[in-house]
Amino acid sequence: MTVEVTDGPLLAVEGLSVAYGPVVAVQDLSLTVAPGEIVAVLGPNGAGKTTLLRTIAGALKPASGTITFEGQRLGGRAPEDVVRRGISLVPEGRHVFPGLSTRENLEVGAISRRDAGVIAEDLERTFSMFPILRERADQPAGTLSGGEQQQLAIGRALMASPRLILLDEPSLGLAPIVVDQIFALITELRAQGSTLLVVEQNVHRALEVADRAYVLAVGRLVTQGRASELATGEIERTYLGLSETR
Amino acid sequence: MTPNEIVQTIVNALSLGSIYALLALGLSMVYGVLGMLNFAYGELVTICGYTMLFASRAGAPFPLVVLAGVFAAVLAAVVMELVAFRPLRRASFVTLLFTSFAVSQLLQNTFRQAISTRPQGVPTPRLFDDAISAGGITIGVLPLITAGVGVISLLALTVFFRRSRAGLAMRAAAQDFTTARLVGVRANRVISLAFALSGLLAGIAGVLWIARTTAVSPTTGFVPILQAFIASVIGGLGNLSGAVAGGFFLGTLEVVLQATLPSALLPFAQALALVLVGTILYVRPQGLFGRTVEAKV
Repeated sequence: MTVEVTDGPLLAVEGLSVAYGPVVAVQDLSLTVAPGEIVAVLGPNGAGKTTLLRTIAGALKPASGTITFEGQRLGGRAPEDVVRRGISLVPEGRHVFPGLSTRENLEVGAISRRDAGVIAEDLERTFSMFPILRERADQPAGTLSGGEQQQLAIGRALMASPRLILLDEPSLGLAPIVVDQIFALITELRAQGSTLLVVEQNVHRALEVADRAYVLAVGRLVTQGRASELATGEIERTYLGLSETR
Repeated sequence: MTPNEIVQTIVNALSLGSIYALLALGLSMVYGVLGMLNFAYGELVTICGYTMLFASRAGAPFPLVVLAGVFAAVLAAVVMELVAFRPLRRASFVTLLFTSFAVSQLLQNTFRQAISTRPQGVPTPRLFDDAISAGGITIGVLPLITAGVGVISLLALTVFFRRSRAGLAMRAAAQDFTTARLVGVRANRVISLAFALSGLLAGIAGVLWIARTTAVSPTTGFVPILQAFIASVIGGLGNLSGAVAGGFFLGTLEVVLQATLPSALLPFAQALALVLVGTILYVRPQGLFGRTVEAKV
């Protein structure tokens, strides 16, 4: 297995600011993720959650601040390098490659690796984890249902054998029963030793599976804490406009 | 039409179609990966032609002449990207389009100044002018070779795209460049590979084109780039199998019009083909094989 830095956090974001031209999307944000944790990032639309994940993944460049992964600075690295460092993003909207088959989508997920034999084993393990993907192995990914595509996007990220998985809105646009499956999967991934940083709009569900959570609004950190404590707090109601039914 | 004419038409359609398919594939590939239309693509055919000219003047045997021509096109394509397009990686579509026009003009004028404004004959093996006769059917050797080389090249490329990791990375990048990078596809490498492959395709098509026209001039690249552009638009720009299908469609259309139009209308064959293509695109703006472009949120 990999050498883990047991003392420090797996991921440390410090004073991060990200801007689209003059529009500041994330401002002076700090957070940490310890090995084996599930950390949720919550907040309304436009809070900067997706921007945060895409910046960690290297798709956006930080205006200032640092991102440290396993003790090494990441800020400003290209996405293809960040994957090789051990971070995989499951993007919002899934973004499977529609014209590639399910199997090819998983294979391209392992494009950063050179260990062909282990990749074949991992493909087999991914198929066992997501039996529906095995059934759809030779189908173009574009023909899969939303829930299947979400499983494929997660499977594709796992194929890079990451030490940190960034999940961006995994339940967005999915039927309730599929949402249940996805959250069960998140718990299962952690049980297998994965570390996850999850962005979710479905606050209750996210707090059920997460150890800790950060709450953002308009690019700034509003509050943070243990998921169990946040769940009963007043803060989330104020900032998230939670509906009582969910 | 007699059986002889039918077979000839089929071979000619395959022959011209495969040249167009190779050209369209090279253009569409770069468009798919970079979202840019490289209008200097035709000049790769010209560079291939001049290299063949100088190689054969230097006394090289024809197979070597062919290899030199293809190699020059590959090299030129990769250098073109490194020098002209890589510094503009984040530039807009229009900027890149104009840059490629500039590269095209620069190369054409360089050929005019340094070589000649007039077409120059490129010697080809006498074998190319021969015809094969069997059972009352006569087929030219050159169309047969062209069709064979074209189809084999396309099959080899299909195997590359389907079976190799680099091919998989390129297909992923052509579909969704940002996501491809997020899963680990190296941007610079896949772009260089796309240009090298587009150079290879332009080189192979260039050799076949020069063998057909037996001459090279500074504007040799004009018709190939135009036909490649039309064929890839028919197939849906950026859609690789669409580009191949579009190439064969355009080639077949041209050959069939040439074979069936009354002689008085023959000068208008090209124009008629374009009218037909225009009509198709009016009905299906995404191309015959293109997917409808979905709005991205």
